[in-house]
Amino acid sequence: MARSISTSRATVTGVVAWTVGFLVFFPILWIVILSFKAEGDAIGTPWHILTSPWITEAYVTVQERSDYFKHFMNSVVISVGSTLLGLLIAIPAAWAMAFAPGKRTKDVLMWMLSTKMMPAAGVLVPIYLIFRDFGLLDTRTGLVAVIMLVNLPIIVWMLYTYFREIPGEILEAARMDGASLREEIVYILTPMAIPGIASTLLLNIILAWNEAFWTLRLTAAKAAPLTAFIASYSSPEGLFYAKLSAASTMAIAPILVMGWFSQKQLVRGLTFGAVK
Amino acid sequence: MKLKAMLLAASSVFALALNAQAETITVATVNNGDMIRMQGLMDDFKAKHPDIDVEWVTLEENELRQRVTTDIATKGGQFDVLTIGTYEVPIWGSKGWLVSLNDLPAEYDADDLLPAIREGLTVDGNLYASPFYGESSMIMYRTDLMEKAGLTMPDAPDWSFIKEAAAKMTDKDNEVYGICLRGKAGWGENAAFLTAMSNSFGARWFDMDWRPQFDQQPWKDTLNYYLDLMNNYGPPGASNNGFNENLALFQQGKCGMWIDATVAASFVTNPKDSKVADKVGFALAPNREGIEKRANWLWAWSLAIPAGTKKADAAKTFIDWATNKDYLALVASKEGWANVPPGTRKSLYANPEYAKVPFAKMTLESMNLADPKHPTVDPVPYVGVQFVAIPEFQGIATAIGQQFSAALAGSTSADDALAAAQQIATREMKRAGYGK
Repeated sequence: MARSISTSRATVTGVVAWTVGFLVFFPILWIVILSFKAEGDAIGTPWHILTSPWITEAYVTVQERSDYFKHFMNSVVISVGSTLLGLLIAIPAAWAMAFAPGKRTKDVLMWMLSTKMMPAAGVLVPIYLIFRDFGLLDTRTGLVAVIMLVNLPIIVWMLYTYFREIPGEILEAARMDGASLREEIVYILTPMAIPGIASTLLLNIILAWNEAFWTLRLTAAKAAPLTAFIASYSSPEGLFYAKLSAASTMAIAPILVMGWFSQKQLVRGLTFGAVK
Repeated sequence: MKLKAMLLAASSVFALALNAQAETITVATVNNGDMIRMQGLMDDFKAKHPDIDVEWVTLEENELRQRVTTDIATKGGQFDVLTIGTYEVPIWGSKGWLVSLNDLPAEYDADDLLPAIREGLTVDGNLYASPFYGESSMIMYRTDLMEKAGLTMPDAPDWSFIKEAAAKMTDKDNEVYGICLRGKAGWGENAAFLTAMSNSFGARWFDMDWRPQFDQQPWKDTLNYYLDLMNNYGPPGASNNGFNENLALFQQGKCGMWIDATVAASFVTNPKDSKVADKVGFALAPNREGIEKRANWLWAWSLAIPAGTKKADAAKTFIDWATNKDYLALVASKEGWANVPPGTRKSLYANPEYAKVPFAKMTLESMNLADPKHPTVDPVPYVGVQFVAIPEFQGIATAIGQQFSAALAGSTSADDALAAAQQIATREMKRAGYGK
């Protein structure tokens, strides 16, 4: 018999969930509110901001001044490209670690994760020099490569965790039926791990979309994605909150919409294997 | 024979096509009104120089500085023209990171540049950056409130007058505060203001042996005067207020006086954004009785060429277009004289049309008073009015700015803030190897 949950407990849980949800979402909501204000109002007190007139001037200005579509396309190419390339490398790697672990597999995994512990600024100059020498500065190819490398440890770790949930016996059965290694990965493992791969894909697209350290430092005019688009609206002398908020809203809107439509897939993937 | 002729024709067409292909230069800049305006006037540049295309990289000030420093130090060659300030030019110029602009065409007329600005951008006789717009700082005040207080603002007031006027103008019940000054921590925010203010109290950052001077009486007088003014007559939460926050307060009619960058004058007198546009007067930044130096600074956003560029000629052509006299006339014809980039050329201030702009005279006087090579009463080993042109300054001044901001917020005392400032500066200067 299923345990019944009392109404009061459900209410409390509901209120707590909505409060936490609202707190997490509040900064984004505030950005959207500010983007519909005049510059003079957007810098005022919260009460002043909420009661001042709602206008779309900031969006008009941003639209006039910047080439949004160019930055948007750069963001799409960099985030999708780096994630797909990362998956291409990470799926075989995670397969090896999950189904054919060696003595040092755990160490390798830890070592991969340890690269995330180093501050990115520590390798800025070497990477900048490599990019300069290979002509990769301000190119989408260069950024796809570097963002892929930045996110690769996370992709491998996520896939490794998902693959571990898949019984090795199924793969063994495929092998006994004469499946080659490639067929085993493509036809057996990958379809079974689709929820996990999908959530890895989505999460890494979001991470790559929001990546601001490398995308700002390795680009100039040609390959600059939406992070650079946002950064161009901060001003040392002159009011800018409304324009900056409008630019931010335009930059996060596509990824927000994508997250909204794929949230079922994301949650399914993130809780994959949680209940046995 | 026919084949030879065809080959010749084909190669000529190819050569012509190569020649016709425009050269593209990349300009790194900050998001300031004058810079954005320039981007809107590129049709004029393109009409005059169809062989040069310009791409823009606009970044936040500190982001730009880091980005450009990385590129210039590694000779990455990402940018052909940089927007930098009077702080960077002496440091980068002396390191050989910038291309000399001494050979700009005669029409550029370097002698027409304001002497203080030109001096600040010149190292060992080489002009390393061309000023795009320059600024000093001055007092902007509400003429109606001053009249109501029964006072008349002199052209060159002292700090005692400012205090008296601030007291009389303050009406906290109606959210009117006598004085608005920068309180937000940062080397370009409160540290810049307080450094300029300290000059007018006879203080200095370092003595001739690079020993920090925050433990000396003039610095104590500076900080105590500032805290007294702001705590009694300043707006609430002033420790979070930088240039932009004070600008908004002034435009909404909440400040009696505001001492800040002269470029703010065009914002506060613009009726589109400012509720008090027709009630603003201007005066020189104050001094302390008996001290000649005033609390006005000197800054110029300038265009420079990094030594790594392969397109120095095209970059020079662009800089010449953007900073010569014709450009000023172009802006005036499209946007009016009040929107011309100020503070770079003598001829602008000699122009009778520009003289009608209400803040023109006081801006020029403020700029002429600033002397980056002799900024303080006592001699100093550094260049810079509101900064010290050494690479370590940004870090030290931001840390010290946090101490001063904390003192304004009331979380530390003036004495403790100065003691901490002395300790920070001593430690960092020792680490950097000064005064050995």
